[in-house]
Amino acid sequence: MTESRSLSLAESTIEDLPGAANPPSRAVWQALLRNPTAIVSSLLLLTIILLSIIVPMVSPYSYEMQTNDISAAPSARHWLGTDNIGYDLAVRLAVGGRISLFVGMGVETISVLIGLTVGLTAGYYGKWADTALMRFTDMMFAFPDILLAILIMAVVSPAYTGITAGLTAVFAALVVTGWPSLARLVRGQTVVLREREFVEASRAIGVPDGQIMIRHILPNLLSAVVVASTIDIAGIIVAEATLSFLGIGVPPPLPSWGTLIAGPLESGYWKELPGLVLYPALALTLTVLSFNFLGDALRDALDPRSNDR
Amino acid sequence: MVRFLLHRFLLAIVTIWAIATITFFIAFLAPGDPAILKFGEKSSPVAIAEFRRKHGLDLPPLVRYVHYVAGITHGDFGSSFQNDEPVSSFFARAFPKTMLLALLAIALALTIGVTTGTVAALKQGTLIDRSLMALVLVGVGVPNFVLAPVLVYIFVLTLPRLLPNLNVEWPPVVWSPDDPLSLLLPVVVLAARPAALIARMTRSSLLETLRQDYIRTARAKGLSPSRILFVHTFKNAFLPVLTSAGTAFGFLLSGSFVVETIFAVPGIGGASISSFTTRDYPLIQGTTFVLATIFVVVNVLVDILYAFFDPRSRMNSEGAPA
Repeated sequence: MTESRSLSLAESTIEDLPGAANPPSRAVWQALLRNPTAIVSSLLLLTIILLSIIVPMVSPYSYEMQTNDISAAPSARHWLGTDNIGYDLAVRLAVGGRISLFVGMGVETISVLIGLTVGLTAGYYGKWADTALMRFTDMMFAFPDILLAILIMAVVSPAYTGITAGLTAVFAALVVTGWPSLARLVRGQTVVLREREFVEASRAIGVPDGQIMIRHILPNLLSAVVVASTIDIAGIIVAEATLSFLGIGVPPPLPSWGTLIAGPLESGYWKELPGLVLYPALALTLTVLSFNFLGDALRDALDPRSNDR
Repeated sequence: MVRFLLHRFLLAIVTIWAIATITFFIAFLAPGDPAILKFGEKSSPVAIAEFRRKHGLDLPPLVRYVHYVAGITHGDFGSSFQNDEPVSSFFARAFPKTMLLALLAIALALTIGVTTGTVAALKQGTLIDRSLMALVLVGVGVPNFVLAPVLVYIFVLTLPRLLPNLNVEWPPVVWSPDDPLSLLLPVVVLAARPAALIARMTRSSLLETLRQDYIRTARAKGLSPSRILFVHTFKNAFLPVLTSAGTAFGFLLSGSFVVETIFAVPGIGGASISSFTTRDYPLIQGTTFVLATIFVVVNVLVDILYAFFDPRSRMNSEGAPA
């Protein structure tokens, strides 16, 4: 009885310690709402997400349906016109958007989960766990950019031609490429947080390691992870588009912004119909820039000092 | 310094060995038989057996792995499944073109990036600073294969109509380094992202240095602003910029697939990309291994350069010499 009371007393003191988990949510929201770039990029992203979801639902055409209108100009029937085969560009653009956003957010979610697990374990336990995990991470990190994803897709993609299998391969290739940087970030933060007083205090009163990591360390490194993953999503979307552009990404007939740009470029047809390249290029650029600008705004909001650094 | 060099060198060797292992096993684990893929389902068993024997595919996996790693140590990556050309002679042919583009691009990126970053830092907080930094974010964010068609459309497809004497083929039929136009556009597209990254690094490094006490001292003793900037600030702020330029150079050498494909440059990326859709494993493995190794080596050189100029970085986090 006495023991449990003293323990709960100790825990309540820990919560009050400076630096312990207290997400400064209201200040962050206010800072974001005062930042015009944050508002514009969030609204843009919201528009792109909504259009990607709604357009294929309300359009009478589907992304794999050839219409009789060849190279039609934008009209009430075909909102962005059609290409030289008769595909409706608006629908293909929107479906490509679904895939880009799905791959971007999905891959990032899995990468964050792996990065958190590896980074927290390595950073918190240190010693051989740290050495083993981080050496492995460094090795995966040694591959520049998306070279590892290109290698995996080159070897795997001819065998995985179905839509589900092809998408899974893209997912796997990008997760394998994406998690190491997050693991490094989390590990770096954990090593610092591990030495802070509130963690030491929790350890002194016998809070289990897992609970310390999840309840005391995790909330304190979450803002860094949120900023990094917002910017990472932009990188993953570009990576997926790059793979598809090179012909080893999302399997046809699924449209991706990368394949939509590559097709007319390769056939030379974009000289007659520049819109075929322009619209997917614009969609991709706006999405990527929005995530980048939003990530930057989040960093400023979460860490006001970073502004003048 | 010797201990640092040794440590860094050993780490690089281990990393390169890991890259070799990863490239080998990813191709090894891939589903499907490359021989059947090349000759088709109904081809003669003799041809398939001959192909498998020639490329060593009939050996046990462990023997193949040892052969692969041993081959790499003296520059032998096997020969292409498609046309039997040794992969090493492909590199000898393709690498100079990639190198030329990367060198020109990094020179351009450094010029633009350092200038932009310096202007932004000196005008910190003004409209100039903010618009330059927005431009930098655009430069970081816009993918190569978006920038390239836009530039081609403006400068190759639209402008020649205004200047009829400039007769340009698109897409380029033959790439030649002597033709300035077939060099200019790929270099500009390649330089965009590194230039943006270097500009950002120059700005933050300059701002960090300008806050230091010795700059305040220099200002207090009445040195002219230009002397403070060029002698006292640049010398100390340049190291992080050099590092980011080095890393960018590594990315340029290893990430040439998109730009070389678009501009039909027969460099490593542009010439090997067709092998990526035909499962030409020796070429795929060789290309990824060499590109990743170049990336590692460039980064080690950058680290050593950094340690040479800034002895503090030789220490690890515990403060002991690494």
